[in-house]
Amino acid sequence: MRKISIDPITRLEGHGKIDIFLDDEGNVANAYLIIPELRGFEKFVEGRPVEELPDITPRICGVCPEAHHMASVKACDAVYHVEVPPTAKKLRELFYSAFYVADHTTHFYILAGPDFVVGPDAPPAERNILGLIHKVGVEVGGKVIRARGMAMDIIGMLGGRRVHPLFGVPGGVGKAITEEERAQIEAIAREEVEFALFTLDLFRKIVLGNSAYRDMILSDIFTLPTYYMGLVDEQNRVNFYDGMVRVVDPEGKEFVKYAPHEYVAVIAEHVEPWSYLKFPFLKKVGWKGLVAGKDSGVYQATPLSRLNAADGMATPRAQEAYEEFYATLGGKPVHHTLAIHWARVIEILYAAERLLELSTDPEITNPHVRNIPTAKPDEGVGIVEAPRGTLTHHYITDERGLVVKCNLIVGTTNNYAPIAMSVRQAAQGLIRKGQVITEGLLNRIEMAFRAYDPCFGCATHAVGQMPLEVRIYDADGSLTQVISRA
Amino acid sequence: MAKKSKLKLGLYWAASCGGCEIAVVELREKILLLDEAADILFWPVAMDFKVKDVEAMPDGHMDVCLFNGAIRTSENEEMAHLLRRKSKVLVAFGSCAYEGCIPGLANLFDKDSILRRVYLEVPTVDNPRGVLPQPATHLPEGEVEIPRLYNTVKTLGQVTDVDYFVPGCPPQPHQIWAVVEAILGGKLPPKGSVVGANEKTVCDECKRLREEKRIKKFYRYHEIIPDPEHCLLEQGIVCAGPATRGGCGALCPQVNQPCRGCYGPPPNVMDQGAALLSAVASVVDANSEEEAARIVGDILDPAGTFYRFGLPASTLHRARLGNR
Amino acid sequence: MAGTFEPRIIAFVCNWCTYTAADNAGVSRLEQPPNVDVIRVMCSGRIEPAFILKAFAMGADGVIVSGCHPPGDCYYTNGNYKTFRRMPLVERLLEQFGIEKERFHWGWISGAEAIKWAQLTHEFTERVRALGPLNWSRQLESKED
Repeated sequence: MRKISIDPITRLEGHGKIDIFLDDEGNVANAYLIIPELRGFEKFVEGRPVEELPDITPRICGVCPEAHHMASVKACDAVYHVEVPPTAKKLRELFYSAFYVADHTTHFYILAGPDFVVGPDAPPAERNILGLIHKVGVEVGGKVIRARGMAMDIIGMLGGRRVHPLFGVPGGVGKAITEEERAQIEAIAREEVEFALFTLDLFRKIVLGNSAYRDMILSDIFTLPTYYMGLVDEQNRVNFYDGMVRVVDPEGKEFVKYAPHEYVAVIAEHVEPWSYLKFPFLKKVGWKGLVAGKDSGVYQATPLSRLNAADGMATPRAQEAYEEFYATLGGKPVHHTLAIHWARVIEILYAAERLLELSTDPEITNPHVRNIPTAKPDEGVGIVEAPRGTLTHHYITDERGLVVKCNLIVGTTNNYAPIAMSVRQAAQGLIRKGQVITEGLLNRIEMAFRAYDPCFGCATHAVGQMPLEVRIYDADGSLTQVISRA
Repeated sequence: MAKKSKLKLGLYWAASCGGCEIAVVELREKILLLDEAADILFWPVAMDFKVKDVEAMPDGHMDVCLFNGAIRTSENEEMAHLLRRKSKVLVAFGSCAYEGCIPGLANLFDKDSILRRVYLEVPTVDNPRGVLPQPATHLPEGEVEIPRLYNTVKTLGQVTDVDYFVPGCPPQPHQIWAVVEAILGGKLPPKGSVVGANEKTVCDECKRLREEKRIKKFYRYHEIIPDPEHCLLEQGIVCAGPATRGGCGALCPQVNQPCRGCYGPPPNVMDQGAALLSAVASVVDANSEEEAARIVGDILDPAGTFYRFGLPASTLHRARLGNR
Repeated sequence: MAGTFEPRIIAFVCNWCTYTAADNAGVSRLEQPPNVDVIRVMCSGRIEPAFILKAFAMGADGVIVSGCHPPGDCYYTNGNYKTFRRMPLVERLLEQFGIEKERFHWGWISGAEAIKWAQLTHEFTERVRALGPLNWSRQLESKED
């Protein structure tokens, strides 16, 4: 059979390739999404003091280090059996909400955006953030850089480094905030809410307002009914930082709800020899292969999954957006893969509103933000929602708190089976016998992947005419070069 | 000023986390200036150019390639050699490429122990036939290949010739910009230099007050709430500042976290871990062998503490194979 | 392979105490195995942990560090205090790297203890011989899979 390789997949975080096999008639016999990397965190953390894992595990992903950091800190709380003071919990969630605004923004505008704004078939040299800015204008680009930047400033204020910040500690957080810092955060949060509403509006105009994209979203090729997973609070509303994990079936009925320490009874991982990534599935349903539907243990954990698994959003405007979402798409649950982009934008709004709520909480500047652990360490599980899916950190330590065993179920890992299926479906649906395979067609197959993985931003250039000048002086003080954008 | 032709730039990631990419994004509006001055010809995170596009370039076509990530698999190494050929200047960008960084901690183990843990031992894995990833798998439709995992994580400089090193996990955005300006202005130091950092240690930039170091006891950072004004090492929390190159702004001590050493060794220090061990032990306030052994005994994980970021680049490179 | 394994041992010794002992041992014709290469430093406090690691990396099968007896013998008053603060950590570091602790000896031998020096060279050489060659660089050259 003839093989076409897309290598590497682009506009996402991480490495991957897609191998498409064509039969003699030119139809797609199969398409494999192959993950060629493995670093072995679950092994090399053995022997490390467990409280160092909130510094080590964020290096799994430099786009969502805050997610690993937070799951790790919560696992450490559990290992040390230490209670976190209320203000510290709120500060952690505040930090986490700022992170969501930054991360989801960069994915929507920079990674996913070009496909919708410039078009899936546009030349590769234009199909990136540059091309997007040329199309939508300088103002939007400037807004994106500013909004993302302000959220990252909150991360830096609390965690030092903006990439791989260190804020949580077992038993609390590393620092309390002053009134001045609180006021800064509140001001940023208010701008972020406006920015989120603007983004939602932009999505309606550019994506929902385009009939070709609407058809693509609703098409069978990009529809995949599976189970859906997400963290929910006591009222079954979406929460990124804490709660119980809820899974609903393809018809939207609750299948299971579990606490972090129960995850081993719910999730299992399947191994294939052709990829380094494992395929998580629901144990009680079983592994039936790369198959959709109620009888297959395959599940999704994405922004869309979180909305599907919950009964609503915990903040008012996000709740309105949630209701509009389901009204437009015909009720719950939604199985349209490309609708994940829309769900993601709704989550930017929720994160911004939550950030505002927490920044104005009367307790938020309380100086008591740490409890010192006193119990003997042993075992703990910490779960948060990473932007890409439910993230589980499980540590077992010896009596000194050195890690003996570690297990991680990472956000995107949850989605490996559905992503592989979406890619295969897109390949089989778009490549038909005798058809010329264009670069744009291959890109549409990649779009099946991109919807799942916010990845990280690379807010590359292109704000067009933002006036800026850089003057380069040599050691003698002579001006050697001026670079300007008028 | 005469308008120069645009710089041809590539960015690539090997065994990395993507944090170096985000650090470039954190240039924020300065990215525009980079865009004015450079054409990015390969950057998988942001642009749709594929490996075949790089292979089609003439040798030396790209002026500069910023290569982040460690060398963990055969694919990482192949890309290192490919990008070396296609670039005039190859930069080891970030701690992974420079010294191995966190993935380098895998050098305390070997390939087999990693594969066993991940695919056979973790409590959630369901793998009764003991399937492990294979370099080549024959499937009904054809053959699928994946890269070979190495036993030893290597730095970029250990597999190919590197022109410059930018330290940090990740390199701080203001330092990245300094390097970009140096490249655009043609003002790079001699080949082989570390750029994007200063010539002192983190202590020099740290705002905490330093008095005298006489440590009677080491504390793990979650065991005490340190005084926010004074040196953390003086309070008994192991801080890598004294043996770490400066330039990052000493961000971690500002938020009450000790430096972990992500900017690598200071100038003229070959082995950061050994230097840090020596520095920390030297200031233990012990006047007998028993007392000294007791005090340093509270540092539970010397290898992971002192070689958190620089194990592959260190003198021994890795733990003994067949050790565990 | 024919013949017994001859360990290669590097000994970092301080000028005023252990080097003097080694010198006296030589002059007194006390028999010592040829396996020990002596590197003289002015004080055991000069011995950076990096030297020990480098010795192993460059092919040593065993390493000795020896200086003046604490508390009072150090020519520089308390250089050897630095030694006994560092060496316990070096021992544990080496263990984590898989280098058996029998391959590393650190201690004190005064200028008057020539016999103790000669005995140490014998005992340590046999101890390392029993462990076999370390051959550190070979594992880095080995094929990856």
